[in-house]
Amino acid sequence: MSWFEKLMPSRIRTESTNKKGSVPEGLWTKCDACNAVLYRAELERNLEVCPKCNHHMRMGARKRLEAFLDESQREEIAANLEPIDILKFKDSKKYKDRIMQAQKATGEKDVLVVMKGQVKTLPVVAAAFEFKFMGGSMGSVVGEKFVRAANVALEQNIPLICFSASGGARMQEALFSLMQMAKTSAVLQKMAARGVPFISVMTDPTMGGVSASLAMLGDINVAEPKALIGFAGPRVIEQTVRETLPEGFQRSEFLVEHGAIDMIIDRRDMRDKIAGLISMMQNKPAA
Amino acid sequence: MNPNFLDFEQPIAELDAKIEELRYVGDDTEINIGDEIIRLQDKCRSLTESIFSKLTPWQTSQLSRHPQRPYTQDYIDRIFTDYQEIHGDRAYGDDKAIIGGMARLGGRPVMIIGHQKGRDTKEKIKRNFGMPRPEGYRKALRMMKLAERFKMPVITFIDTPGAYPGIGAEERGQSEAIARNLFEMSALKTPIICTVIGEGGSGGALAIGVGDRVNMLKYSTYSVISPEGCASILWKSAERAQDAAEALGITSERLKELGLIDGIIDEPLGSAYRDVDLTARNVKQSLIESLDNLDKMGLDKMLETRYQRLMSYGRYTEE
Repeated sequence: MSWFEKLMPSRIRTESTNKKGSVPEGLWTKCDACNAVLYRAELERNLEVCPKCNHHMRMGARKRLEAFLDESQREEIAANLEPIDILKFKDSKKYKDRIMQAQKATGEKDVLVVMKGQVKTLPVVAAAFEFKFMGGSMGSVVGEKFVRAANVALEQNIPLICFSASGGARMQEALFSLMQMAKTSAVLQKMAARGVPFISVMTDPTMGGVSASLAMLGDINVAEPKALIGFAGPRVIEQTVRETLPEGFQRSEFLVEHGAIDMIIDRRDMRDKIAGLISMMQNKPAA
Repeated sequence: MNPNFLDFEQPIAELDAKIEELRYVGDDTEINIGDEIIRLQDKCRSLTESIFSKLTPWQTSQLSRHPQRPYTQDYIDRIFTDYQEIHGDRAYGDDKAIIGGMARLGGRPVMIIGHQKGRDTKEKIKRNFGMPRPEGYRKALRMMKLAERFKMPVITFIDTPGAYPGIGAEERGQSEAIARNLFEMSALKTPIICTVIGEGGSGGALAIGVGDRVNMLKYSTYSVISPEGCASILWKSAERAQDAAEALGITSERLKELGLIDGIIDEPLGSAYRDVDLTARNVKQSLIESLDNLDKMGLDKMLETRYQRLMSYGRYTEE
């Protein structure tokens, strides 16, 4: 505050700060990658991709499915599944409280959101991870919802597409969460045996138990640009090997280079490219 | 402190040392110390009983990675005959953290796959402390496929801190290698019997841990993350590993209660290393029983049961 403002009567001072505060919260966003100041509405129209540098920001599960699926005939699957604290797990906070907080913050019951719908008129089942819900961690509900999604795909012989974004297994569900890796992989085995396509789209970040199960088992493995994808976290690896990690380590481009994924797709092309893939995989005319 | 014993075992170790000493002395004195030895042995036994009757999950976790705990090779030597080791993933290399091969179990050909840890420093490094890299999982998968083709049951021994967090391991597709094993094991057309013999560490353990029977030795552990790892993430301090061990429910007893494993294999008083032969006999008996039960089931029903069991994992509510 300058000496001049200090001299002013307090009434005027309050008014001036009020004026500053009148710009609505969240109208502008800063790009994490290039620091460009972006108009929120425009960013949303651009599917949370920075128009200046093409940085793919993290996207909520529901928003993602809405952007990916056609507007008509969307139907949510297993919307009522909810986590329970079977182990009465408590670290610095109770797991029960963590669940409640995450539910309040995200409006979701757990991480995975699943919908049946269409992509450019091709019927599909699509699932997406909500990273803001406890770091997109996979517990019993994620496993069960994924299996329900796959079962709808199996019954109706329509492709399953899953957008993952997860730090890995949910520690608060201990061994139950580890077993979700086996559960989701087993249902994908069934899909593969029956020739029902599964497209895995890995978004930033896809790590740990999710990466080491359903995410890497796509008939086609796709990633968004520059997403962090791997099993062990970069910090853990650095501490173990005591070396600096190579440039771009565990990023999508690195994974394509090492043969772990098939392709990188820009979020704005996702609908077109995936519709193209699944129509060919199911021997249907181009959508 | 004897480095071959854990801190809570030190009183037992001291008594043991005293008994040894007396035995040594006993050879060249006229005093009859046989009674004294017997008295000390009784004391040692009751002390061990009392310590082991109230083990905390953290102590069990320490026992599961006890420096003297028997490893996969110790069981192979004692349980099977005609063992012939198999090497390599046919793509990159031979991961020495996972060993295995064909052998006979009571005359019947089986495929053995297990994590292997090293006893001394040189061996520990060679075995990478039992932490496999992708080529290890791919070697294991190759052995499983061989077993399927030649109709041999697969017997796995789980004992790993987890998959190796290294640069090369990530470059060669650690995630995919683990995922592929889960995928294939869920439908492998031959019986799979998994036994956790020491540390069941996360994805690295599960990658050879999907089967028709999952049994655990009494003082082994199975967990989504090590107590230390969990503590450093959730409590922001590895010092809280004891609390994490408690919260994670990593012991055989707890996991049996939760329906996540099938059976607990008994260990001698003072844990497996106190009598490796006896432990191996217990493991052998459990393997034979499991295999008999699976044989009676028939392949189709066994595969369907395996699948349904995988689908049943998880606890949730649905309003």
